[in-house]
Amino acid sequence: MNTKNYRFPIAYGILIFLVLILLACNISIGSILVPFQDVLHIVTGGSAEPVYQDIVLQIRFPRAVAAMILGGALALSGYLLQTFFHNPIAGPFVLGISSGAKLTVALLMVFCLAHTLPISSFLMIAAAFAGAMLSMGFILILSTVLHQMSMLIVGGVMIGYICTAITEFLVTFADDSNIVNLHNWSQGSFSGINWENVGVMSIVVLSTSVVIFCMAKPISAYLLGESYARNMGIPIKAFRVMLVVLSSILSACVTAFAGPVSFVGIAVPHLVKNLFGSAKPILMIPACFLGGGAFCLFCDLIARTAFAPTELSISTVTAILGAPIVIYVMIRRRKGADGQ
Amino acid sequence: MNKDLTDKEYIFCTKGLSVGYQGIPLIRDITLKVKQGEILTLIGPNGAGKTTILKSLINQLRPISGCVVLKQQEIQSINPTLLSQKMSIVLTEKIHPEMMTCEDVVATGRYPYTGRFGILNDHDRNVIKDSMELVHITELSEKNFLQISDGQKQRVMLARALAQEPDILVLDEPTSFLDIRYKLEFLSILQTMAREKNLTVIMSLHELDFARRISDKIACIKGDYIHRFGSPEEIFSGNYITELFGITTGSYDGLSGSPELSKVSGSPTCFVFAGGGTGTPLFHKLQRQGIPFAAGILWENDLDYPCAKALATEVISIPAFQELTPKQIKQAEDLIGQCENVYCTLTKEMLEHLPEPLLKLIQNSSSTE
Repeated sequence: MNTKNYRFPIAYGILIFLVLILLACNISIGSILVPFQDVLHIVTGGSAEPVYQDIVLQIRFPRAVAAMILGGALALSGYLLQTFFHNPIAGPFVLGISSGAKLTVALLMVFCLAHTLPISSFLMIAAAFAGAMLSMGFILILSTVLHQMSMLIVGGVMIGYICTAITEFLVTFADDSNIVNLHNWSQGSFSGINWENVGVMSIVVLSTSVVIFCMAKPISAYLLGESYARNMGIPIKAFRVMLVVLSSILSACVTAFAGPVSFVGIAVPHLVKNLFGSAKPILMIPACFLGGGAFCLFCDLIARTAFAPTELSISTVTAILGAPIVIYVMIRRRKGADGQ
Repeated sequence: MNKDLTDKEYIFCTKGLSVGYQGIPLIRDITLKVKQGEILTLIGPNGAGKTTILKSLINQLRPISGCVVLKQQEIQSINPTLLSQKMSIVLTEKIHPEMMTCEDVVATGRYPYTGRFGILNDHDRNVIKDSMELVHITELSEKNFLQISDGQKQRVMLARALAQEPDILVLDEPTSFLDIRYKLEFLSILQTMAREKNLTVIMSLHELDFARRISDKIACIKGDYIHRFGSPEEIFSGNYITELFGITTGSYDGLSGSPELSKVSGSPTCFVFAGGGTGTPLFHKLQRQGIPFAAGILWENDLDYPCAKALATEVISIPAFQELTPKQIKQAEDLIGQCENVYCTLTKEMLEHLPEPLLKLIQNSSSTE
């Protein structure tokens, strides 16, 4: 009983500690190493060497905050989709939702760059959301036809490929000057994020997350299946629409700023569940957010530093770290389920 | 129709209810009435639509016409949270809650009573504890729900439903996965709850023998309507069950509730003197071995009579509480003449109390064997 009482606070402590320490590392480590003391000094508003100050405030700090927020958004989005489909390997990337968002954002970019129109952060999110909902619509239609969950995933992967193919097509035929920008983004990266972006994404992601947290109770009922949830008084249709819309907003937001990022949405909820030894939504929602933040901070750190000065795309790192975790967790679950 | 809604005698009823999918009625004109504390059971052949009716009763399937009335209120117009405090369910669909202990699953029954974030208070915890004790699953409380047996899961789901503190409990074939011990235990809990807590129970059951024992009311579904609705005494009279299920192979004895496989056809090759329940095992054995047989001379109130009637090609019988007549002795003698073997399953003590002519017949036949 005692171990159970302490487990949740300890787990939260670990997650918060990881987020903080990784934030500090991400700001400190890079082509120019900024000492920890200076990082602390600058972040808390003090002054340091001007070179350090610029690197930290203009480049690394917003990027690290973005990685944390977007990572949290991805993990939460994955958690919601897993709940919605009652499927442990559902996620925004696997179901083609990220790719759908990527396609519409690419369209928007090509269009705006061709007509030399300015692109605002909100416009990007709106375009991404439209794309995410489009993919989600296809997935929902598929899910009514295909009752088998594994087939649904296959359908999602196919939708992802189609969207990616069209995006690649756009990139290939875009004007030379745009390609570099578009190419980097379509691979997934946290680079080039400024404070204005961070402001917009914080508003969108944090407010969405708060709404999700307030839905923890109906989500916990929904875990027992639709019939029981309905018997407990949940307006099931409205609830399902909410799940879809909220998870799409989150993954759209990520895609708009960082391009498609794979596996975070699947790996993090599993890791967090195992850390807590529980799947209670009221614990999981904040924990997934923190876990996703820490995971993406770590991945971005590797992406930036592993082969410096060459920067890896974020998905390269998340896939290498995330995919084995997913496989491992799935094998363990299987064993657990057959165990007795 | 609205005037009927105020009919206070029944806690739950349906009025001209038609249910089905995509606007096509599967079962029409369903009229069910249950008083508080009663147990209503739906029986009927596979695929008759028991689950469809139950889904409509719990407001998860929109009726095609007519209405479902709970406590004088049309069910669709009741606020969902209020409804969930009045009605709980145990369904056949399996649930796969991840990393939840049995206690967690039972705790979800408190959902309609908890606040915005579903935090349990002391009262909630007590209700959960009581529900688990009632269903005898306290020792499972820390176990992972996914790792217990189907029978245990079913009991956890019952505890969950009881934790919801409903006035009315709806169960879809709740005993299907349970072995005989837990079937009895499960149904006893329902009966106790109905009697002592005035819980109203509506369920579908596969097991006819249990349905007749536990139900206050039984509704029989056949074809596209409720074929009969009434007390078990009315439903299980005569050959009704055979008719309801369209039994063409084997037979079902309405009184004892025991089913029998088909009798072996052909003229009897052996004759069994039976009585007092001593013959039934032999009847079953002969049926298994495919040997046609005749049985006698049995009073119709004898324990062996129902089985003999179901399995023997011919039974020589005497109406209950009547005297043996020479006619029956003659019939038996004729039959024994055609048979190769004669068996007598009666014990010595039984033989001593038989009427003289019958005893003589047995002794003579046995000596010729």
